[in-house]
Amino acid sequence: MIVQALAFYLFAGIVLASGVMVISSKNPVHSVLFLILAFFNAAGLFVLLGAEFLAMLLVVVYVGAVAVLFLFVVMMLDINFVELRQGFLQYLPIGGLVGLILLIEVLAIVGAWHFAPEAAKAIQVAAPAVGSEITNTQALGLVLYTDYVYVFQAAGLILLVAMVGAIVLTHRRRPGVLSQRVPDQIARRAEESAKTVKVPTGGGI
Amino acid sequence: MTSAEFPNLVPAMPELFIACVAMVLLVLGVFQKEGAGKTIAFLSTITLALAMLILVAFSQGTVTTFNGLFIADQYSAFAKFLILLGSLLTLVMSQSYLKRVDSNKFEYSILILLSTLGMMMMVSANDLLSLYVGLELQSLSLYILAAFRRDDLKSSEAGVKYFVLGALASGMLLYGSSMIYGFTGTTNFDALAQQFQNADGHVSVGLVVGIVFMLAGLAFKISAVPFHMWTPDVYEGAPTPVTAYFAVAPKIAAVALLMRVMIGPFGELVSQWQQIIVFISIGSMLLGAFAAIAQTNIKRMMAYSSIGHIGFALIGIAVGNQAGVQAVLVYLAIYLFMNVGTFACILCMTRNGESVENISDLAGLGKSNPAMAAVLAIFMFSMAGIPPLAGFFGKLYVFLAAIEAGMFTLAIIGVLASVVGAFYYIRIIKVMYFDESTEAFDAPIGKDMVAILAGTGFVILMFFAYPAPILDSAGAAAASLFAG
Repeated sequence: MIVQALAFYLFAGIVLASGVMVISSKNPVHSVLFLILAFFNAAGLFVLLGAEFLAMLLVVVYVGAVAVLFLFVVMMLDINFVELRQGFLQYLPIGGLVGLILLIEVLAIVGAWHFAPEAAKAIQVAAPAVGSEITNTQALGLVLYTDYVYVFQAAGLILLVAMVGAIVLTHRRRPGVLSQRVPDQIARRAEESAKTVKVPTGGGI
Repeated sequence: MTSAEFPNLVPAMPELFIACVAMVLLVLGVFQKEGAGKTIAFLSTITLALAMLILVAFSQGTVTTFNGLFIADQYSAFAKFLILLGSLLTLVMSQSYLKRVDSNKFEYSILILLSTLGMMMMVSANDLLSLYVGLELQSLSLYILAAFRRDDLKSSEAGVKYFVLGALASGMLLYGSSMIYGFTGTTNFDALAQQFQNADGHVSVGLVVGIVFMLAGLAFKISAVPFHMWTPDVYEGAPTPVTAYFAVAPKIAAVALLMRVMIGPFGELVSQWQQIIVFISIGSMLLGAFAAIAQTNIKRMMAYSSIGHIGFALIGIAVGNQAGVQAVLVYLAIYLFMNVGTFACILCMTRNGESVENISDLAGLGKSNPAMAAVLAIFMFSMAGIPPLAGFFGKLYVFLAAIEAGMFTLAIIGVLASVVGAFYYIRIIKVMYFDESTEAFDAPIGKDMVAILAGTGFVILMFFAYPAPILDSAGAAAASLFAG
């Protein structure tokens, strides 16, 4: 138990610290890198909860795709973050208000647990016991490819349409662009491209 | 480990066929360099025709499959037949236009196929999940089709507008679905209907809020007031054949879906949603009638006209009984023929290879092309609801259903809106026959267009003589919706 608690505090601490760093670091690239760190540690928290599939998803989708995309956007757009931050004080009251509301809501949840202990049990039902026979991934796979195969395939078709759309609307065939054609290059023979000419002395070609 | 049962694929045969063929054609199109657009369009047309055959051949009473996510009954078969017919006709109509504007890419036909598939999944949905994926498949393809002429500013604008507002509507629909799931614990239509039957009319406020959100999302898809704002801009901006497609197949699919959701799972809660439908129905009829008067662009006018027509169709849903559903289905079938015909005429409005879209451009058509003017006049009279054309009967059945159910206000407002609407339909006829003639349109218009104009015109003209096929199948379809 003590190992678990230690791991929890380690992950949670790093998530919070890197979250703060995301919004406070001067260099936007550093922000994105801290965001990735936060994602990784959140994934660690999921593993502690016994939701290893979600953890995997978080790493694959958020770190693998979303964060890298952010990184590209930040590097390509060359946004001036100093300018963006100029209105900070101006927006502080409204930001503070939102933060305050969130704090009250969190307190309300914690208060509910404190005053009604049975409420805490309700949220535990959803999570399978750690170490049970069937893992998350298996459990999902069991219904995804059987009971919900229709929706699964339909979702695949939707993605296909998205891909077709992206290509139709953006792909242009530009004329006059030189490209390397490897088979043509390999198939080229010396006889076709060079010819030996006997040049008579003093005659020239 | 238990092995799951293999789902029964027979009820979903037309959908599976279209999905597989669409993917094969996609590969074929990529590997065919020259003239892929024409070949794939031809093959897609055949695919849609074959899907109609398969649909008729494999329909076998009410069956659910895929773990209750999918339902095939006579109701869905009727709606699917209309959808396939609409897609088929618009695909045929598109060819000359696409060739003219030089954007005959093969993806056009593939997207039509996939959106048709999405619509068929919508009308066969028996679960909030399958409803959503079907709707998304349809919408996503339509967003792309709206922006298909990507070098055209208006087309891109239409695509972006449609996408942003459509995504918002999908969000509302999903939010509503999540509320319904949260308050009932199920997404299956049969289970939902069962619960409401047991609840005996007592439902929580949260559930009603969920239904309202779902209605809002679906009202957007059928462009009913107050969620109609996108329609005129998108109709005007999108390439004309795509506009024709928008006006026909997706509308039919969304209305059919709305009916299935409202009559099926929420049938017991008629008192909860009836007033909403009545409200959006009156709003759509009035807006469709009045806003179209000021239009000079014929595509925009058709957009308002379609809003108005949806208002009339919604009367039948508001009635909420079998006669109402039958009336809506008949209305949709007639609406399909009228709209396809009218848009075929609009597609023929070209001068020196350029499309013209103003109503004033039609001036003198009665002299320069009497045949086309006559056909367009038939469609306009039909839309206005002049007997003995089909449009009159469409409205008649809807109003009859409303009067029999004692909803007199709705019927009276409907008749009044129809009278106002007649003004702008008949104005087109006046422009064609009595205005100073301008330059004639390009001729000839092509064999496929002639065939479509003649066919749809014939149906509209002759419906009164032999209405039985449409009436009977719509009646059987409505009965199957209420039997389940």
